[in-house]
Amino acid sequence: MDFDLSEEQRLLKDSVDGLLKSSYEFEARKKYRAEKGGWSRDVWGKFAEQGLLGLPFSEDDGGFGAGPIETMIVMEALGRNLVIEPYLDTVVLGGGFLRRGSAEQRAAYLPGVIDGSKTLAFAQVERDSRYDLGDVVTSAKKSGSGYVLSGEKFVVGHGDTADTLIVTARTSGGQRDAKGVGVFLVPANAKGVDIKGYETQDGSRAADIKLNNVEVGADAAIGNAEDGLSIVNQVVDDARIALCAEAVGAMEEALKISVEYIKERKQFGVAIGSFQALQHRAADMFTALETARSMSFLASMASSFTDLDERTKTVAAAKVQIGRSARFVGQGGVQLHGGVGVTMEYRIGHYFKRLTMIEQQFGDADYHLRRVAQAGGITE
Amino acid sequence: MDLSFSKEEVAFREEVRTFFRESLDPVVRKKLQEGHHTSKDDLVNWQRTLNKKGWAVPHWPTEYGGTGWSAAKQYIFLEELQKTPAPPPLPFGVNMVGPVIYTFGNEAQKKHYLPRIANMDDWWCQGFSEPGSGSDLASLKTTAKKKGDTYIVNGQKTWTTLAQHADWIFCLCRTDPDAKKQSGISFILIDMKSKGITVRPIQTIDGGVEVNEVFFDEVVVPAENLVGEENKGWDYAKFLLGNERVNIARVGMSKERIRRIKELASSVMSGDKPLIEDPQFRQKLAATEIELKALELTQMRVVAAEGKHGKGKPDPASSILKIKGSEIQQTLTELLLEVTGPFALPFMPEGEGQNEEGDWASPIAPTYFNYRKVSIYGGSNEIQRNIIAKAVLGL
Repeated sequence: MDFDLSEEQRLLKDSVDGLLKSSYEFEARKKYRAEKGGWSRDVWGKFAEQGLLGLPFSEDDGGFGAGPIETMIVMEALGRNLVIEPYLDTVVLGGGFLRRGSAEQRAAYLPGVIDGSKTLAFAQVERDSRYDLGDVVTSAKKSGSGYVLSGEKFVVGHGDTADTLIVTARTSGGQRDAKGVGVFLVPANAKGVDIKGYETQDGSRAADIKLNNVEVGADAAIGNAEDGLSIVNQVVDDARIALCAEAVGAMEEALKISVEYIKERKQFGVAIGSFQALQHRAADMFTALETARSMSFLASMASSFTDLDERTKTVAAAKVQIGRSARFVGQGGVQLHGGVGVTMEYRIGHYFKRLTMIEQQFGDADYHLRRVAQAGGITE
Repeated sequence: MDLSFSKEEVAFREEVRTFFRESLDPVVRKKLQEGHHTSKDDLVNWQRTLNKKGWAVPHWPTEYGGTGWSAAKQYIFLEELQKTPAPPPLPFGVNMVGPVIYTFGNEAQKKHYLPRIANMDDWWCQGFSEPGSGSDLASLKTTAKKKGDTYIVNGQKTWTTLAQHADWIFCLCRTDPDAKKQSGISFILIDMKSKGITVRPIQTIDGGVEVNEVFFDEVVVPAENLVGEENKGWDYAKFLLGNERVNIARVGMSKERIRRIKELASSVMSGDKPLIEDPQFRQKLAATEIELKALELTQMRVVAAEGKHGKGKPDPASSILKIKGSEIQQTLTELLLEVTGPFALPFMPEGEGQNEEGDWASPIAPTYFNYRKVSIYGGSNEIQRNIIAKAVLGL
């Protein structure tokens, strides 16, 4: 039992923190949002230089063979700084699928991911799918040796700047059947792909995507095109784990700036942080943060579990805790700031918004609580 | 980072689990599982069983009978003890006055008291709170006036847990009436058989007698019963209360209670299905299980840090353990209460004949009532929030 980072992990943390400290000031982030595509290619290039984009890939694939703790370290740092670049979409989600892809697929796509020249996006959400990964209407019909994809995908993170989309589509069965879901690599510029990008509530980007008879080759399918839901579940669980870590980073910073604020803000002739009502709120936020951190650790450990039911259940439990803590810390941070908390000018509001959106991604607390309850709880 | 236990620790868990299950009287185990009170003899016998095995005071320094176990092993030991469930060691001796004596007491005191605490030859109780001094403990008024080689003690203590069984009480008494609040307090050991001591039971809302008032009227105490230095008692009390917080999460006990809830809710019907299949009930239970998991991991983080960086000062983050631990214990007694349905109502004083249908249910509402105490004692949860705000957040 050891919760300390190894020497190498500490170095990684220091280098990510250092990079973001120098390049991700609050004002800089505003500039990045205004850039073409809504994020900074320059920052992305620095991520590539520092090896962050190759972290989870094997050395044979040109990566660093790092594990889930390293991803956790990076995601926490991204959360602390409200980073809007497509790390989750490209490295965790896209990379997660490619790591489970064929040698040819890895060779074709990973070098571009690792050197920062290419980005990826995961097109999964549909009009009625909500959080159910197996609820897929978009179709992939066999045609010659390849497939023809048709359907609509929504809220695809960074879908408007990705070079390649990773699309879930149904090869057989009905809308909610577990069997018959495939995962396909689709070039964003393929004929029949119609992408409409927009800004998200938290300052990032997403897109709605129409697929009109898009033709892809047989080599576009990742894993078994007839039965790929298990891969989707695993990769999305890894994304949930990463979101937990990002949320911990964002909560940590939100609490920090809120405590700083109430130490400085004076009313009735004293710092408002001297009032017990505010102190107790801040103390409860600390408790929410630390219990979330504990569950984020556990979720990152669960990434290596070989028992997939146990893995899924643990990640779901973590997402419940993170969802509840993030709500509490986000709302509490705004409340401690008072009026300025609801302005664009102060940082706290932006943390609140990101924390709120994390809850809406890949299942909220209620959704995951239902899953844990159905599995009979998590007490051994 | 590695959250798993080592092979040796896993084997150790098996060893303590087996020992607990084989050596604890099944009648006592059943009492604890079902929420009935245990008797004085139940606790004393169990403590002596542990002492025979050399496990009476695992966390003490080895020279006084400790086992020298790592922080992780101490944690496993307590968790398994609570999961069995076995009677928790009476904290007043092994967790409170024992560590104060071996840290601040003189050689004669160590030699006399420590082995008797380990074997529970003496039953200890705690004389801290007074009617006017709860959270503001340092305002206490009980006095100890030096007279020759004795102290004359006058005043009143309250909330004195299980004082009706006690042979000894450790007391905070004011020895310097002119000193400011925290200074001027001394830590004194008093024989409960002394002339001038009166114990008045306070009945708690569950109908039990767990706490008492203790009155001191011109009680003569040998001066050699002073621990450490005169007027330094507040420091020793802070040390003692810091130790108390570490053991307060009670993760193992809550795990056992979850097992019990699942067991009962599987046999209690709600409509045409067992209650455990009611989605709303199940989700409430699952939500608590998740909170318990988060608490367990947080507890392990505190334990691992202690193992690595040494004991030193109590970790202020352990206030989280107190707050979350007590909240979860209360939620679980609430869920148990919900399981009982209408059978929560019959009040069955212990020892009297029990209504057959309500037999399993009768201790549950009293436990729920009684457990409101856990967010009040040991530094109320509001005091814990003050500690976090000041010691952690710097407010």
